[in-house]
Amino acid sequence: MNTPIIEIRDARKQYDDGPPALAGLTLTVRAGEALAVLGPSGSGKSTLLNLIAGLDRPTEGTVTVDGVRVDRLSETASARYRRERIGMVFQFFNLLDDLTVTDNVLLPAQLTGMARAKARRRAAELLSYLGIQRHAQAYPGRLSGGERQRVAVARALMNRPRLLLADEPTGALDTATGQGVRKLFSELNRDGQTIVLVTHDTTLAESCASRTIELVDGRLARDAQVVRS
Amino acid sequence: MSALGKVVRSGVGRRRVQTAVMALTTMLAVTASVLAVGLLVASQAPFQRAFDRQRGPHLSAMFDGTKATEEQAAATANAVGVTASAGPFTALTLAPTVRPHPGPGMDIPSDAPPLKLPPSLVVGRASPGGSLDQLELVGGRWATGPGEIVWSYGSMRLVLGDKITYEDAPGRPTLTIVGLARSISATADAWVTPEQLAALAMPGAGVSYQMLYRFQRADSDAELSADRAAVQAAAPPESLSGTASYLQAKLHVERAAAPFTPFLIAFGVLGLVMSMLIIGIVVSGAVSAGTRRIGILKSLGFTPPQVIRAYVAQALIPAAVGTAIGVVLGNLGAIPVLHEEGEVYGTAAETIAPWIDLAVPAAALLAVTVAALLPAIRAGRLRTVDAIAVGRTPRVGRGRAARRLLGRLPLPRPVSLGMANLFTRPARSATIALAVLLGALGVTFGAGLAISVSSVQAGLNQRDAGDVIVTGDAPRPGTTNNRPASEEELTAMVAKQAGTARYFTTSEAQVGVAGLAGTATVIAFHGDSSWGTFQMISGRWFSAPGEAVVASGFLRTTGTHLGDTVTLASGGRWAQVRIVGEALDFHQDGQIVLTDAASLDPLGAIERQGLQVHIDLRPGVDRNVYVAALGIALEPLGAIAEVNTGEVSSVVVAVDSLAGMLTLMLVVVAGLGVLNTIVLDTRERVHDLGVMKALGMAPRQTVAMVLTSVTALGVVASLLGVPAGIVLHHAVLPAMARAAGTRFPAADIDVYGPALLLPVAFGGLVIAVLGALLPAGWAARTRTNVALRAE
Repeated sequence: MNTPIIEIRDARKQYDDGPPALAGLTLTVRAGEALAVLGPSGSGKSTLLNLIAGLDRPTEGTVTVDGVRVDRLSETASARYRRERIGMVFQFFNLLDDLTVTDNVLLPAQLTGMARAKARRRAAELLSYLGIQRHAQAYPGRLSGGERQRVAVARALMNRPRLLLADEPTGALDTATGQGVRKLFSELNRDGQTIVLVTHDTTLAESCASRTIELVDGRLARDAQVVRS
Repeated sequence: MSALGKVVRSGVGRRRVQTAVMALTTMLAVTASVLAVGLLVASQAPFQRAFDRQRGPHLSAMFDGTKATEEQAAATANAVGVTASAGPFTALTLAPTVRPHPGPGMDIPSDAPPLKLPPSLVVGRASPGGSLDQLELVGGRWATGPGEIVWSYGSMRLVLGDKITYEDAPGRPTLTIVGLARSISATADAWVTPEQLAALAMPGAGVSYQMLYRFQRADSDAELSADRAAVQAAAPPESLSGTASYLQAKLHVERAAAPFTPFLIAFGVLGLVMSMLIIGIVVSGAVSAGTRRIGILKSLGFTPPQVIRAYVAQALIPAAVGTAIGVVLGNLGAIPVLHEEGEVYGTAAETIAPWIDLAVPAAALLAVTVAALLPAIRAGRLRTVDAIAVGRTPRVGRGRAARRLLGRLPLPRPVSLGMANLFTRPARSATIALAVLLGALGVTFGAGLAISVSSVQAGLNQRDAGDVIVTGDAPRPGTTNNRPASEEELTAMVAKQAGTARYFTTSEAQVGVAGLAGTATVIAFHGDSSWGTFQMISGRWFSAPGEAVVASGFLRTTGTHLGDTVTLASGGRWAQVRIVGEALDFHQDGQIVLTDAASLDPLGAIERQGLQVHIDLRPGVDRNVYVAALGIALEPLGAIAEVNTGEVSSVVVAVDSLAGMLTLMLVVVAGLGVLNTIVLDTRERVHDLGVMKALGMAPRQTVAMVLTSVTALGVVASLLGVPAGIVLHHAVLPAMARAAGTRFPAADIDVYGPALLLPVAFGGLVIAVLGALLPAGWAARTRTNVALRAE
């Protein structure tokens, strides 16, 4: 629990001539933490997530995840990093509509070249764990929002990532469905999964995060541990 | 600028790759089409164009001056059916001798005897113009005084400055060639002033009168026979000594360039189909890719007709630019070929017909408009909300079964995903496949054509066998002995020359053939010629006196076959030879008989010309050293030894370069079609691409996925395109041979061995992969977060 998994030092991200998206952020996240990143629009939440995922690079500063200097990775190394160490969940699920639920979930394993039987076993296990095994051969278009997000989570967990990143995972869901997803994230964290989630949803943050930070204008405005009764 | 104008301008500028591809594709399609249609049209009616331009006569008639007066000949212009006439021109048939004018590299001994030329028709004309037969001066000027003559261009290879002597004219006058002129109807071999013509006539002997006519009806031999009868009826009895029909000249002239036609038709049709296909792909793709934008425009208040106009204009602007450049390039590309054809036809047609420069661009732009209009109308009719919803990604649901099945295959996932993409838009995949197929077909056909034509040329070159050829018709220099070296003298020299392995001699004679009007050229072989035979089409080379090999033209005109016996006649004697083989040879329209010299013994001492010794050297002997040494030995005999470098026909060069250019264009157009489609596909899938990259798809895997989608198509297209190209080749080559009045040996047609098939089989794959490389690289470089944001 005490091992740092994310270490960000003086990260600054500047797009064009506008104000910096991140203005010298320093942040450490420890393994097993569930960190909720809060903040208004334009505060730098998604930029922070992109830097951790290796989808973008800081203009200045360093980003180290699980011992890997993410800010220095080539495109190929960055792809390998994502498929081996990161799982990503998006607000709008980003499932591939032409693939079945199983095929969507299998995709990260197939990109790593995991043995077919092993990958299928893992996918079945995840679908079962997330309660969507009956939709295994369905296409995402036929699922509800909550079910789609569960598929997205299953896909994110396929390669047993050290870190699960979620960008507004309940943003596209109604209240009831969002509740289910919140519960799912809580359970995942309880099982030891390190999670960084970007959200406007304070309920989500309070229910499943062990720690919350708030960004304002690219700076860390608040950093607090969540104390549950 | 109006709102519509701004939308069009921004649309053209926003999709720069597609705009550029559309302009380039249209440019290449129009270039290929202008070139193909232009050359096709040019090859269809070059004689007619030259005939019309020169106001060629349908019939030229000669009247015997002893039986008809000049006035009586002139009166035949009033014969029934005559619509125009020229003449009478005084004319004489004289046998000239020529003392060639020394030129660069020509060392002609001062005491060399003049060459005797066959009798030729000389006509007295004051000028090259007139109401009919307007002669084109190719070089020099028209004859204006005594001692000057204008020679028919291309006839006997005489050049300006050559001296023509008429031994059978009063005073044995010598005339200087001051001009070279071309008559499409070949109305004479030479022209002089009327006064000079009168001076060439022997005293007391009458001259002939030449009349030229055009008739109301002259499309067939039958009509021309009737016209001739009308002229004959209008002239004094038995005064009409001969006539020549323009149809004969047409047949002779068109045969020279006819081989171009079949392959130009093939390439023309290929080019046009490809043009239509690619324009369709490009424009439909551009319009469908802009569907979401159309929705936005409509939501802002654009009416359906405005949307339609905007999208048609966005397609038409780059297409118009490409079309304009294509017309210019097509015309430029045609110049060398048309120039070559102009030489063949004796015409000066060095430009594409103007109507083609208008019709092809009009057709191309019409095709673009139609191709753009259909999807634009569809987009214009879309409900705004649907138009916005119809976006970059293809309609969900298509190709799912294929995707699932391919996902089960033991292939890397990027590969199976790439292959599955083919089934998402089957119509688009089919059009790419067709474009690649046509490209592969073009490569297969073009490569086969080039090899076949070169092979035919190599076969034709076999008529001049040997490493070294000695020519022995020239007189001996520096002596009073004007007799050329004898065969025995030459072969003795060759035999004792170090390095000679074997040799045989050839000489030519003109002999009559029973059943054949005119004469045939007999090439008499002396010695063992089995190692230096002509290329055989069928049968075998002669092996004994009394056997002969003939060219295809001979078999056709005499109606004979292998195994038949033909009778050769000369000076009242005759000799019979049995045809044992058919050889490839176009010379003298194929009226060639090849036989052992002893076969001609029954004909007695016939005049032979063109004595050559064909020498095969021992291995390792340097041909140049040998020629230098033999040249010194032969010098006293006046014979010349030359290294046999073979011959490269200008027609072969023209066919090869044209086929190469058209093949390259087909390949480039096909590649651009693939490029454009993959760009469209990749852009439509950019969000999915972002998702996959976010999940860890590496750049190499992205490239593999994109390339796999077209690789599969390339393989399929090659599998279909290569056999189709071979079928086309096997249909076109015999047609070219028929047009040239011969057949091609099977070996020259069956050129698709493994060494050729293997590379052309990869042709479609290469076209597809090259076309997809650029968008694949773009997809691999696209940053994941940018792709994820793309909607």
